[in-house]
Amino acid sequence: MTALLDASSLVLLAIGALFFAAGTIGLLRFPDVYTRLHALAKVDTLGLGCVLLGLALQADNLAQALKLLLIWPLVLAASATVGYAIARRAQQISMRPWRGDDA
Amino acid sequence: MILAFDALLALGLVWCAWRALSVRDLTHAVVQFVVFGLLLALAWARLAAPDIALAEAAIGAGLTGALLLDSLRASNAGAAPSPSGADIAVPTSNLAGAVRLAVWAAAVVVGAALLLAIATLPPPLIDLRAQVAGALGASGVSHAVTAVLLNFRGYDTLLEVVVLLLALLGLLACRGEHDPVATAADAPAEPLARALSRRATPVLTLTAVYVLWAGTTQPGGAFQAAALLAATAVLLHITRIVPAWERLGFARRLGAAAGVLLFLGIAAALLAEGALLRYPPAYAGSLILLIESGLTVSLALILAALFLCQTETQ
Amino acid sequence: MSTGLLYAAAGAMLFVLGATALILPLAPLRRVLGFNVMGSGAFLLLVGLAQRDGAADAVPQAMVLTGIVVSVAATALALAIIRRIAALERKAPADD
Repeated sequence: MTALLDASSLVLLAIGALFFAAGTIGLLRFPDVYTRLHALAKVDTLGLGCVLLGLALQADNLAQALKLLLIWPLVLAASATVGYAIARRAQQISMRPWRGDDA
Repeated sequence: MILAFDALLALGLVWCAWRALSVRDLTHAVVQFVVFGLLLALAWARLAAPDIALAEAAIGAGLTGALLLDSLRASNAGAAPSPSGADIAVPTSNLAGAVRLAVWAAAVVVGAALLLAIATLPPPLIDLRAQVAGALGASGVSHAVTAVLLNFRGYDTLLEVVVLLLALLGLLACRGEHDPVATAADAPAEPLARALSRRATPVLTLTAVYVLWAGTTQPGGAFQAAALLAATAVLLHITRIVPAWERLGFARRLGAAAGVLLFLGIAAALLAEGALLRYPPAYAGSLILLIESGLTVSLALILAALFLCQTETQ
Repeated sequence: MSTGLLYAAAGAMLFVLGATALILPLAPLRRVLGFNVMGSGAFLLLVGLAQRDGAADAVPQAMVLTGIVVSVAATALALAIIRRIAALERKAPADD
């Protein structure tokens, strides 16, 4: 049973790390603020969810696992709010979204 | 293998610090500094110091970052740049190239000497770990760092809170009248952020109380709880729910001083038994929790005041 | 080369970086950054050297915890003084 838990925990952590890597590549390579916000707000929080699930499977008891899982909705709310605030401000100072025809 | 991760983290720390101190744009520099603070919290976790990691993330990266960004905002929104150029974002003077080179050369020499000293250190003469472990049972708490902070070195903590009060007094003294900040066409309050900070306040307060309570047996304690409460206050302010503190009323002053007075009172009461801050073993746990609660309230007020008394209502 | 020693070395380099930022005539805000980096370097040095054989040591950790809080108070005071000086200079520029 513990072997199964460890294996699934490892798989989840690896998937989470992959999502984080994808999000970071997006942050570095996307052309403007709005697309980069997509990478951060969505991909990174999904990666965080996978990592937390993987860690919760390795927790000592249920209380610890629940505390770990409690982090996810908080980060979700915070990153969504901050992403929206950044995008709103970017639009107010008239940052044009990238169009495919800008080389 | 894990040492490779540590080496990468240490390199990242030095790189972030270098960037924070050398990038032209100051906002960029402050953001680099916040990233540095977060990497430092990771380093503390690697050094088996979760209490410090919590405090560094909340205070070092969070509160300090908020203070720096607020100062930048004030200086950018101010009136026309002063003719003498004495602004917080402008270098004070220029240094001749040769002198600058000499400073850097001296820095390299001192750095190399420090690294050499670190590499050739003899094994330590005193090991306090055994002493702490031996005395932990009678200290009233089961978490070593809390025991050291509140029991074995309680005197240091008492004086530290006094130092914080002094810093607050200094800040209040040099405030002066608020200059009418040239309000740029500021956007109206962001509704989503306001909703979030309203919902987050009870969660943050509950977490702070939990961290305070858990500090007796796990990493946590008064400082981290106070940092969480101060962060709540700062969050409420920047989403324009709580205005800046123009003057510090009697209630807030009393709250800020209450922790120190409580600590001093208990210390004085214990002095009657012969020694300063030597808790009777039966009551040590309760006394420590009482002192920590008072400290949490005071420190939260002081840290919040350090931010809210400097800023101007947006 | 243990974990503690590695971070102590990083702390020493941070300390020297921060000290250089304080000595050179940089912008006041950047010197505040430098002073913070210097403090963090000193803390890393303290804990890293104490834990260079691997086990956690509570006494330097408690000292660093105290140090972090005092450091933020000093930063707040420094920023208040800098802002006040800048405001006064704006009102009545000094003749240099």
